[in-house]
Amino acid sequence: MIDFELSEEQQMIRDSVGAFAREEIRPAARPADESGAIPAALVSKAWQLGLVSGPVPEKFGGGGDARSAVTGAIVAEELGFGDISIALHVLAPRLLAFPVIEMGTEDQRAKYLKRFSGADPVAATAAVMEPRYDFDLTALQVTAKQGGGGFVLNGAKCNVPLAAESDTILVYAASDASAGLAGVDAFLIPRGTSGLAISEREKNMGLKGLATYELALKDCRVGADARLGGDKGINFSRLMSEGRVAFAAMGVGVMNAAYEYARDYAKERKAFGVPIATKQAIAFILADMAIEIDAARLLVWEAASRLDKGDDALRESYLAKNYVAASALKVTDNAVQVLGGHGYIREHPVEMWLRNARGLAAIDGIATV
Amino acid sequence: MIDFELEPSVINRLKMYRSVSEHMMRPISREYDEREHEKPTQFYESMWSASAMADVQVGDNKSGDNKSGGKKSDSDAAASRSLRNLNTVLSTEELCWGDAGLFLSTPNSGLGGAAVMAAGTPEQKERFLKRFRGGKPKWGAMAITEPGFGSDSSAVTTTATRDGDQWVINGTKIFCTAGEMAAEKSEGFVVVWATVDKSAGRAGIKPFVVEHNSPGMSVVRVENKLGIRASDTAAIVFDNCRIPFDCILGSAEVRREGGFKDVMATFDATRPIVAAMAIGVGRAALDFVRDFLKEQNVPVRYGISPRRLTAVERDFMEMEVQLQAARLLTWRAAWMLDMGKRNSLEASMAKAKAGLAVTLITQKAVEILGPLGYSRKILVEKWMRDAKINDIFEGTQQINMIIVARRILGYSSKELN
Repeated sequence: MIDFELSEEQQMIRDSVGAFAREEIRPAARPADESGAIPAALVSKAWQLGLVSGPVPEKFGGGGDARSAVTGAIVAEELGFGDISIALHVLAPRLLAFPVIEMGTEDQRAKYLKRFSGADPVAATAAVMEPRYDFDLTALQVTAKQGGGGFVLNGAKCNVPLAAESDTILVYAASDASAGLAGVDAFLIPRGTSGLAISEREKNMGLKGLATYELALKDCRVGADARLGGDKGINFSRLMSEGRVAFAAMGVGVMNAAYEYARDYAKERKAFGVPIATKQAIAFILADMAIEIDAARLLVWEAASRLDKGDDALRESYLAKNYVAASALKVTDNAVQVLGGHGYIREHPVEMWLRNARGLAAIDGIATV
Repeated sequence: MIDFELEPSVINRLKMYRSVSEHMMRPISREYDEREHEKPTQFYESMWSASAMADVQVGDNKSGDNKSGGKKSDSDAAASRSLRNLNTVLSTEELCWGDAGLFLSTPNSGLGGAAVMAAGTPEQKERFLKRFRGGKPKWGAMAITEPGFGSDSSAVTTTATRDGDQWVINGTKIFCTAGEMAAEKSEGFVVVWATVDKSAGRAGIKPFVVEHNSPGMSVVRVENKLGIRASDTAAIVFDNCRIPFDCILGSAEVRREGGFKDVMATFDATRPIVAAMAIGVGRAALDFVRDFLKEQNVPVRYGISPRRLTAVERDFMEMEVQLQAARLLTWRAAWMLDMGKRNSLEASMAKAKAGLAVTLITQKAVEILGPLGYSRKILVEKWMRDAKINDIFEGTQQINMIIVARRILGYSSKELN
């Protein structure tokens, strides 16, 4: 039955993560963008929220929380409202933990999940993207061929967060290129495995607080037990949809951040003796932002809600993510415009949000809600 | 809990509306677009007798206003959970998928009924609306716009002067949807917005129910239009038109504050419906293009790299997602009304988004189909013409943007105009 209201629990989660984003993440956003570093203390505090350990089953020491994509989208939006770089950093371990929870074999769950249940942050990550202009989740170019009782991986990955500090990297590869999405597998690869090389840290236009790396896989051999889900493999389509919902939700958070900032600025800033927000030229921009944020959020929730019901959400999550990527760019650009010259100065956060929003269109990812 | 899935009972009901659209509207769609001002009387009769139409009625938005935060009684809560406004929005979508012009021409209480529901007393609702339960087809209409104003609803110059137990109405109204049918061609009524006290400004503006064929009321013109040609748009002159005192909806008292609220309350209920009309037309165009692309073996590949999409794929997906965005905003606005929540902001958001989105979607549909889209052999060009009205009536896109802006900025109409 149609309902547009969050549950009480979701409301509580939104309030607490929202407060964390406002009070802890936001003040750290600009320093992280300038220095490229996110304070360990902040990462620790975020870890205490249970963003990673919460859904880990109790038998592996986690919270055993039921997973919900809608709740995940709410959390991702709030974190994105704080800062996407920091959000992606603190959520990176989910890139490995969630697919293992959802699709790992019993052995894999036992082997990999306990580490996320401790009090201190543990880095983990997944390698999904590839350094090509037409990078396509549905046509991965990194290959995994069966051989020597296991698999041999070849190709290149990029935008892998926290790769240099993660013990294990979940690498996605096409094991059967002709089978499309069903031909994609994921492999749990220890960082020191021979044939796996991690580059220097990447330098990107935005998301500068987040440490990302390229991976070069050259005849990288792993055992059969490295294949996530064993012989059953994975449901890549679902992981892809979950990832798109998460990115889209973070994008809504950035839109909201930029909108609030521009709105408050426009009510303070005067031109011709009156606040610029009282001029239609500015007021309409702000109204459009508000409409686009609500529209985008509803699209994201709709896709998430489908995932929660176990329905296929490939189309919905794709459309929602692309919608957000375009809207977030428009909204953050307009926020810079509302601030005018001041928007271009790094003293205000809006230029950073514009750079970060651009990243949403470039990045496509995997299970983080 | 967040949920976007319609219940099976709702889906079944919508199938019925869809069938009306397919079998009763689409077959005569082109004919009554070309033969403007002619009446599809057989269609009227069928629609009138179809009990299915009974619940295509604009909702009562006075069921509650929880901005005070008070808990409502259980029965109120149960009543508000009936999702009446949402259901109206859903059926409007289905019927406008069939034909928006015919939808507007369908005999029912229409916007006049909406005004009665929003501003009338229980006795008035019964008195004015019971006629829609049987007998011959009837229409209700609402007259607010005048030659001298459109968006500025508070600039009403039509006057209502009390004379004993009567009101005397004088003025000219234009752009009155179904006005001809309501005023002269059925036993319907027109709700006229007139001022009882010009010095009171907005507070003095009140709605009056004027019965069909009231002496002094005359339809002087029926407009020729870009689209929705099956629907009559009337200019009505009131020349010393006398009506009984108890035909004023709500209180005759001029309150300095909130006197104009009834007009606005009506819009809170009707804007989601107009947004839903837009969405119905947009869905018609989208469905046509989807089927066409399929027939032409043009793939629409969801999930692939956006850099690998063709221009047509991008266009189609953009149409699709814009429509869905507008649709969810619209559903939300109607749902809020059903929940007794204040929805002025959300209703205007939905209307502004849907009106523009569907205008662009239908234009794109014509473009994608090339010369076929431009041809009157198929209905796509008609849908483009029909769609545009939703960007204009019941508050233009721009007026709705101003309303949204005022609400999000906390400005009055004096501060932001």
